Amino acid sequence: MEETLKIIVLVKHVPDAQFDRHLTGESNTTDRSESILSELDEYALEAALQLIEARGGEAAGNKVIALSMGPAGAVNAVKKSLQIGASEGVHLSDDALAGSDAAATSLALAAAIRHLGADTPADLILTGMASTDGETSLVPAQLAERLDLPQVTFAASLEIDGAKLTARRDGDAHADTIEATLPALVSVTDQINNPRYPNFKGIMAAKKKTITTLSLADIGVDPAHVGRSGSWTAVESAEARPARTAGTIITDEGDAGIKLVDFLAAQKLL
Amino acid sequence: MAKVLVFIDNPGQALKKASLELLTIARSLGEPAVAFNGELHDDVAATLAAYGVQTLYRPSVADLDDYLVGPKASYLAAAVQTADATVVLTENSAEAKETAARLGIKLGAGVITDVVAVDPDGTAHKSVLAGSYLTTARATTPVAVLTVKSNSVTQEPAVTGTAPATVTVAVPETATAASARITARSDKAASGRPDLAEARIVVAGGRGVEGNFGPVEDLADALGAAIGASRAATDAGWIGHDAQIGQTGKTVSPQLYISAGISGAVQQKSGMQTAKVIVAVNKDAESPVFEIADFGIVGDLFQVLPQATEEIKKRRG
Repeated sequence: MEETLKIIVLVKHVPDAQFDRHLTGESNTTDRSESILSELDEYALEAALQLIEARGGEAAGNKVIALSMGPAGAVNAVKKSLQIGASEGVHLSDDALAGSDAAATSLALAAAIRHLGADTPADLILTGMASTDGETSLVPAQLAERLDLPQVTFAASLEIDGAKLTARRDGDAHADTIEATLPALVSVTDQINNPRYPNFKGIMAAKKKTITTLSLADIGVDPAHVGRSGSWTAVESAEARPARTAGTIITDEGDAGIKLVDFLAAQKLL
Repeated sequence: MAKVLVFIDNPGQALKKASLELLTIARSLGEPAVAFNGELHDDVAATLAAYGVQTLYRPSVADLDDYLVGPKASYLAAAVQTADATVVLTENSAEAKETAARLGIKLGAGVITDVVAVDPDGTAHKSVLAGSYLTTARATTPVAVLTVKSNSVTQEPAVTGTAPATVTVAVPETATAASARITARSDKAASGRPDLAEARIVVAGGRGVEGNFGPVEDLADALGAAIGASRAATDAGWIGHDAQIGQTGKTVSPQLYISAGISGAVQQKSGMQTAKVIVAVNKDAESPVFEIADFGIVGDLFQVLPQATEEIKKRRG
């Protein structure tokens, strides 16, 4: 195995969690008007950049491809990734993808990954631990299943030596050391690194980088197998939960601990 | 009657509360069966019988724990086919969700995560966008895979117990082929406190504890609560990452959540704002946590928490 790496990082354009987020339309999909690169994907991108930098970067033949699936706006997640340092960008976009659940999303992404690896297969597929909107964490595992790749998910550390990958995964009851052989699919947690910010040089350099747009036809996916028709789950109804409102706020005058216990007693929580 | 398969990974010496809740839901949907992995102790077998389980499935191999997720999903897919099940229920932990994810692809089955209730017709209820919406969803496929959050139902044994038969399910030899191997495992010390995801009461500390979780621990122990933390506290190394509540940690929905020294940024709120009652203690009156607290105290947690702990002990005599 040669020492260069071809890494595909999956990046998602998600509604900014700093603002109120909404479900819209007949199939209750997420309103993406105020969207950003999913914060959790920045850790995956950073992990990819560190891996290739340790191998001489792009100059030595390494490559980080940022791949995003989503409507027109999702290209912004790709652009941001290029500014941070990805080598090239790919935007998988097709009207027929709207309303895809995790199963349909993983089908389309698997086809896109195969398409991008037609000449040289990717060594590593990197993702965040979850999207910050859907938050199901299903897609990485489903991609590993569809691509028949070793699944190394929720990695809190990641090392690659030749074709051997070693990661640490922190569970509730135990911490595991995990080994796999490349190619592999890895999702990383927010414990793995401190993502860099795009700097001026990166922003200027990104303008010269290529973004390829792929349609379902380009990657050989039947539109009936994705979107609402290709999904295996359907959201039937959605109801906004009333926002929490502030209750009683007091300032401690020396007896707030006792007042706290009074409150718990009144709520029958003692 | 629909066959409902509950996956219990390593039941251990006694079934967890989450497993008992799954069995209770399974009975409300049809005829419950269990696919387990690992050892089956007599006490666990007795509990499964008391909960009305009709059949127990076990894997033909003993090394599923040596691999991450994939082979367990292969075993479970074989178990679903053997059992002819139309609904699969698992807990909502990270690993269970991933097993469900791969199982879904293997079976062509829709997977719904973070479920908080299931109607008898299989409609699943879940909360999304950090608890700001409640949705209902259905799998449109012949088999549905649901991962159910703890505390969604009250556990209840069956009216009549059963004497379940045990069936060994052949795990395909290819199951471990393209799998990541677990080469070392270090068990974490048990705290003796309730499991964070299942706890009725959670006391959580943040940046404001300044490295000293003592007052948080004392109050938690007085209340029989689990201990949580904000990312600031886990990043500082004051407490393990497994205590983290929020977007990149755990999501909890306890009866009572006491937040101490946590400002309540949106990432933290997303992990706890479905708690029934929220109490917040923070020095800074401008902390966003006060916007969602049912009872807020602007004050020093090092004064307020110990005073509350003493008062609770006093009242309980």
